[in-house]
Amino acid sequence: MSLWTLWYRLTSPKDFTYVASACIPWLTVSCLLCLAYGLFASLYLAPADYQQGDAFRIIYVHVPCAFVSLLIYGALTIAALTSLVWRVKLANVFVDAAAPTGAALTLLALVTGSLWGKPMWGTWWIWDARLTSELLLLFIYCGIMALKNAFPDKRQGNVFKNTFVLIGSVNLPIIHYSVAWWNTLHQGSTFKLLGPSKIAPAMSQPLTVMLLAFCLYAALVILLNMRNAVLLECHRARWVGTWLTKRDS
Amino acid sequence: MHPIRKQRLLFISLFMLAIALAIALALYALKQNINVFYSPSQLFTAKVSLKQTLRVGGLVEKGSVKHNTIDNQVQFTITDYHHDVIIYYTGLLPDLFREGQGIVAEGHVRANGTFQATEVLAKHDENYMPPPVAEMLAKNTESAHA
Repeated sequence: MSLWTLWYRLTSPKDFTYVASACIPWLTVSCLLCLAYGLFASLYLAPADYQQGDAFRIIYVHVPCAFVSLLIYGALTIAALTSLVWRVKLANVFVDAAAPTGAALTLLALVTGSLWGKPMWGTWWIWDARLTSELLLLFIYCGIMALKNAFPDKRQGNVFKNTFVLIGSVNLPIIHYSVAWWNTLHQGSTFKLLGPSKIAPAMSQPLTVMLLAFCLYAALVILLNMRNAVLLECHRARWVGTWLTKRDS
Repeated sequence: MHPIRKQRLLFISLFMLAIALAIALALYALKQNINVFYSPSQLFTAKVSLKQTLRVGGLVEKGSVKHNTIDNQVQFTITDYHHDVIIYYTGLLPDLFREGQGIVAEGHVRANGTFQATEVLAKHDENYMPPPVAEMLAKNTESAHA
């Protein structure tokens, strides 16, 4: 079996449901393990910061939320392109399932950033490039969710929605480089693609675990959403009945 | 690849290129408005009116902070190592405010070239480390300068 036929089989509703169902328990367990260790390490094992003391620990929620909100949008862009060019139906299911998760994490990144900003910077909010572009990301996610239901014809709606996703992807590099391109109140990037990162190893290790935990959480929620959508879409098919009886027995 | 798909991919690529170019040009044109503060050098060359509310940001110069206990006023100098701005501010300073720290002040320029701030925000850097490491680093830089 070639890689292409494997890919086509995986995007069929039936095979997707079976593969997703096999992954979900593993994702749940690994996400909970990472989250448990990550929280313990970030609250107890990591040392306090030289400037911000214990208040810096909100980084362990803020950075994973912000990172995964961008990561999901990156995946959304690839899915939208796949749907527009190759007309893979499952790509549309992914866009619909991932947008609410992305929106939720973006909102969390904004709220935790605001809570961090008040004691450290002295303000809840400032219209600097980083904060504004992340707020724009939230609006884009909301737009994607709204566009889904804005057209009576589902196929037409999908084309508009996916085009909108592609246009919105221009915001991704803006968010990432905003702190380098303009003067902002938000500090520059701690992690560098090239060169050493600017965080002590004892502090970055819990952050890595929390990043992993948030990625696993996002993958889990998106897979559950997608499986629901697929089952609902195919509820008349015979394999759904077989799958349900197999699962319940 | 199927010719129709190839055509679609090409069309989408051109579409994305056009959008990205348009947004890049718009952002480039708005550069000065997107900056959240002027550096002292930018303020030095910028034409600003005395009534205009704006922000200026830089490092608090060592030894420049003077507290006036009578009217609770603070005076300090911020610098970007090319130009300095003297700032007057009445009110509470953020916890992270100290000499050598990056800050952003909102207010207006006075006729004598100093800056009257209505709000002072602290800008923390992207470095995170435990206090012992920070002390060691400070000691090392001191001995390197000595």
